[in-house]
Amino acid sequence: MLWVTCPRCGHRPIDEFKFGGEIPDVPASITDDAARDLDRVWMFNNVDGVTTERWFHEGGCRRWMTLKRDTHLDRVIED
Amino acid sequence: MNEFVETLLDLHWHEPKSSYDVVIVGGGGHGLATAYYLATRHGITNVAVVEANYIGSGNSGRNTTIIRANYGIPESIRFYQHSMDLYKTLEDDTGCWIMHNTKGLIWLAHTESAMRSERARCQLNTAMGTETIMVDPAEIKQLCPQIDLTGSGRYPVLGASHHVGASTARHDRVVWAYAQGAMRLGVHVLQNTPVTGLLMDGDRVTGVKTATGNISAGVVMSAVGGDVTQFAAHAGVRLPIRTHPLQAFVTNGYAQGFGPIISDTELLSYVSQTARGQMLIGAEYDRQQSFSRQSSFDFLQSCATKVSYLLPFLKNLRIMRQWTGRCDVSSDFSPVMGFTPAPGFVITTGWGTWGFKAIPAGGEAMAELIATDTTPEIIEPFSLNRFATDHSMADQGSTGTR
Ligand SMILES: Cc1cc2nc3c(=O)[nH]c(=O)nc-3n(C[C@H](O)[C@H](O)[C@H](O)COP(=O)(O)OP(=O)(O)OC[C@H]3O[C@@H](n4cnc5c(N)ncnc54)[C@H](O)[C@@H]3O)c2cc1C
Ligand SMILES: [Zn+2]
Repeated sequence: MLWVTCPRCGHRPIDEFKFGGEIPDVPASITDDAARDLDRVWMFNNVDGVTTERWFHEGGCRRWMTLKRDTHLDRVIED
Repeated sequence: MNEFVETLLDLHWHEPKSSYDVVIVGGGGHGLATAYYLATRHGITNVAVVEANYIGSGNSGRNTTIIRANYGIPESIRFYQHSMDLYKTLEDDTGCWIMHNTKGLIWLAHTESAMRSERARCQLNTAMGTETIMVDPAEIKQLCPQIDLTGSGRYPVLGASHHVGASTARHDRVVWAYAQGAMRLGVHVLQNTPVTGLLMDGDRVTGVKTATGNISAGVVMSAVGGDVTQFAAHAGVRLPIRTHPLQAFVTNGYAQGFGPIISDTELLSYVSQTARGQMLIGAEYDRQQSFSRQSSFDFLQSCATKVSYLLPFLKNLRIMRQWTGRCDVSSDFSPVMGFTPAPGFVITTGWGTWGFKAIPAGGEAMAELIATDTTPEIIEPFSLNRFATDHSMADQGSTGTR
């Protein structure tokens, strides 16, 4: 079981959280406005490594938080 | 594939050539079926399927083998129904026994709102020519005597939709059938050959890079499963895909005679019996994306608890094996097939947790697309450019249980 440290509730099992997905990060190489919108809405970086993502503490404070996770091993990175 | 299996099949291994008309990256069901239909339907045999590991080592050899067409949007029902029809004749077409077995799928409802969803599913399926009918608890008990209709007092069964034609087939036999059929006609299958990059001429993809050398190609097709984001990036192609692990497990043998496939939206899990008699149990994919193939005890515990509410006999069985695959889940839960912004580079992905059933129709359509350089009508709705034109194919019916 993954554990997450919520800044408000402390060390909690990941079952209490809802996955909000990676924070969209449109590559600078895409310059056209419409293409940037398309990428932000539909495309994913789907990084095989460390990502920055949003999680919602549904079974706790019911607030959003930002988390770093290594998707290669599925480990939360605490800093 | 192990040495014993190899002795049973008519496989011809080749040294790689430096150039092919078509190079397909990924020796899963979709890659091999495309090669098979290129050879059998279009006479295109100067083809290589390049596989990093052994054929079927990806999700095509890890799935729970459910073949069904009871989807939630017309475009999907039509596509998957066609795939079901191709599965029915696959043994005759390839001469291989894939252990295809029609079982029917019962999709249980425990609430009035779930009943409404199942009724809507029946209406839409029927309109599209797919046989899905409502059944009441007494009929469910007849189809599946092992079920506890009270759901152990916790999940009472109000009714279900019965997708009569749903079936299963032995997954790796499907992979081998397509590989053998393609190789007999001269297709090269190169195992243990990871593709490390793409050869480019400007925007155009002109071949693949491997540790043992470059291979040039008229067309390169990506059929790499969960690794697709990283792979397509070699061609500068961005995808609406997230990779999520999906787990499953089997028990020890139970008396043969568990007839149908049982699926449940509220409990997010499904159960069937393998030809060996093991009970095969699967659920939803892990909520967070990841490339890890680590199976978890949490999954096992929660999934086993849920299915035991409905099928209490499962409590007396033992869990033999548990495993994980990495699924290419798309933004709208529908596949992504066809051309990409990079000329010479076509793709089949977005197969997520539902692409085994699609192997015949997906392979057939991609072969036609490559051979004719036009998108076949049946897969037009699933083109990558649908997101740019605001025609996403949102289908919550496409995951195993949803
Ligand atoms: C546990 C589980 C249960 C499932 N249950 C069902 C079900 O009941 N019904 C259903 O319809 N679907 C199901 N699925 C989904 C189904 O298994 C997949 O959608 C389908 O197998 C995808 O086939 P594929 O050929 O696209 O990919 P894969 O079979 O994953 O093949 C991709 C291949 O590409 C290779 N590869 C990757 N990168 C490279 C590279 N760089 N160079 C060379 N080769 C590479 C990999 O080694 C792999 O062999 C399930 C999946 C899982 C994990
Ligand atoms: Zn909290």
